[in-house]
Amino acid sequence: MATVADDIQHRSAAEGAPSGYQYPDTSGHFGRYGGRFVPETLMHPLAELTDAYERYLKDPAFLAELDNDLRDYVGRPSPLYHAERWSRELGGAQIFLKREDLNHTGAHKVNNTVGQALLAKRMGKTRIIAETGAGQHGVASATVAARMGLECVVYMGEVDVARQQANVYRMRLLGAEVVSVKSGSRTLKDALNEAMRDWVTNVDNTFYIIGTVAGPHPYPAMVRDFQAVIGREARAQMLERAGRLPDVVMACVGGGSNAIGLFYPFIEDADVRMIGVEAGGEGILTGHHAAPLCAGKPGVLHGNRTYLMEDENGQIAETHSISAGLDYPGVGPEHAWLKDTGRAEYVAVNDDEALAAFHGLTRTEGIIPALETSHALAYAAKLAPTMRRDQTIVINLSGRGDKDMDTVARLDGIEL
Amino acid sequence: MQSRITAMFGRLRSEGRTALIPFVTAGDPSPDVTLPLMHRMVAAGADLIELGVPFSDPIADGPVIQRATERALHAGVRLRDVLDMVRAFRAEDSTTPVVLMGYLNPIEIMGAETFAAEAAAAGVDGALVVDVPPEEAAELAGLLRPQGLDLVYLLAPTSDAGRIARIGGVASGFVYYVAVKGVTGAGNLDIDAVAAKLAEIRARIPLPVGVGFGIKDGPSAARVARVADAVIVGSAIVQRVEDLMDQPARIPEAVADFLGELRAAIDGADTGGSGA
Repeated sequence: MATVADDIQHRSAAEGAPSGYQYPDTSGHFGRYGGRFVPETLMHPLAELTDAYERYLKDPAFLAELDNDLRDYVGRPSPLYHAERWSRELGGAQIFLKREDLNHTGAHKVNNTVGQALLAKRMGKTRIIAETGAGQHGVASATVAARMGLECVVYMGEVDVARQQANVYRMRLLGAEVVSVKSGSRTLKDALNEAMRDWVTNVDNTFYIIGTVAGPHPYPAMVRDFQAVIGREARAQMLERAGRLPDVVMACVGGGSNAIGLFYPFIEDADVRMIGVEAGGEGILTGHHAAPLCAGKPGVLHGNRTYLMEDENGQIAETHSISAGLDYPGVGPEHAWLKDTGRAEYVAVNDDEALAAFHGLTRTEGIIPALETSHALAYAAKLAPTMRRDQTIVINLSGRGDKDMDTVARLDGIEL
Repeated sequence: MQSRITAMFGRLRSEGRTALIPFVTAGDPSPDVTLPLMHRMVAAGADLIELGVPFSDPIADGPVIQRATERALHAGVRLRDVLDMVRAFRAEDSTTPVVLMGYLNPIEIMGAETFAAEAAAAGVDGALVVDVPPEEAAELAGLLRPQGLDLVYLLAPTSDAGRIARIGGVASGFVYYVAVKGVTGAGNLDIDAVAAKLAEIRARIPLPVGVGFGIKDGPSAARVARVADAVIVGSAIVQRVEDLMDQPARIPEAVADFLGELRAAIDGADTGGSGA
């Protein structure tokens, strides 16, 4: 298996090709999306961060350290597992699961926090901040902060603090301060607002680890590049296993980091369909969902232009999803661009479909997926039966479901 | 025709005085308070009014203005209502400039071209769109300028020489120096650092420079007046609005009293009197 350093060199070479996919542009735009819509105070720090990120992604010493951490601390490469029994039950395409749930801390989030924490250290920052919804990114940030001896503050909406007590406790065990955010809708978007306010105030010593491929440039590109290890491994593993590329790659989309991580290395493989699955909540038509790509329109939030859920006056709308990690009114700008260009397709599945898929995979494969991931599984369960048995789908199994035990039990009418 | 903003700064310059710019959130705590409040602020010495346009996700604002925003949104105040307030203000005041301060998304949804035309028709003089730095401003500026509207830019302690020059190349009306790293309502400003930065800004930008963030009372307003062309006060005013939210009829008078204090301190500083 190629090292991350090799892969990034491969990526640079691919980007050098004249016909290649070269986004974002030098000002951080994916077509009309992305950009840097932030108060003036943050413009200079974002320029510094961009310089550092571009320099270190070509620095062999940095990449070697990143490789070591991904191997020995995160546990990479993650396996590509053929879900034979579930595939047989669905009766169509063969389904392969990229097992990001087996990473340290139980989700793909740590690929990014390990990378950004190394960058923070190189830049001489002593304090990291992060936003979190379900708590997975907060835990992944607190984890790397503990390991590197950095001060860590995690912003989390008051509503999410109440419904994710176990993760709040994990973060505090790891030495992080968890700040309960009481403004706005008191969920993930408000946690992001508060983290931005902290960064504006403490910009000299603080590194903001954004957990998804949103925010101002360079975050969408930087987080993608740290998560692209998922797709690079999956692509190589599939070629080794089946001798050819998959027919479909699929992932759930909230902010969209696990999806971009899987998709990006396949972007120039024109025959590989890329499908992102959003949270349809109680159904797109009810308005109670978190599916900006399927049912929103372009606007500007949290530093970038992208698809948003908003009202007719441009106020950001409240979202609903069974999974806290998808409960966000925006989406990474690169997904907006991939949607408009038609390179990727975006669909939504409802809470109950995700829950059924959660049970389906648990029962047939002995793998308990996160509710976020279950959205991708639910769409695969619809798509696979329409495909031939010699066709393949790779799904990013982005996280494990342990954190969702209370939610699922409650929905099943069981008190834990 | 000379804009109201340019005319105001020209007049004050010839008088050797510093402008006082209050900020209030439009529609806080209820829509009917804003118009009488605007008139009382002018009577108490305001030279230009910054009117905050409520947005659900105000990332540059501290707790005081966040709460004001939530009150205004709860009262149903949207961008179109703010334009109506300015139109009503203009019916009785044709000289005091009004600048809208807010975030891009409500403007994008209305359509930047529609916004520019309607804002100009309502009598708005400029817009300060907090999350639109010059790098992202070309389209909006291109639509505002033909309508005679100024796009007011922020400068910050983190703006280096290159950024100052870049902003100087596109700014009109005046520029707004954010005196502290932080959100609105943040800590105390360091006047020596502000003076040094203003010298750097003035060397590259020929427009009046307003200073805001961290001005809480007469003495801090006087200190800033000695170095700036305009003293901008937001959270300290909005806090007084919040204190009286249950007796809204008293708000205009209370804010006017506070502006009177600030005005006296600024004028004292301008004539070399007490205040520091």
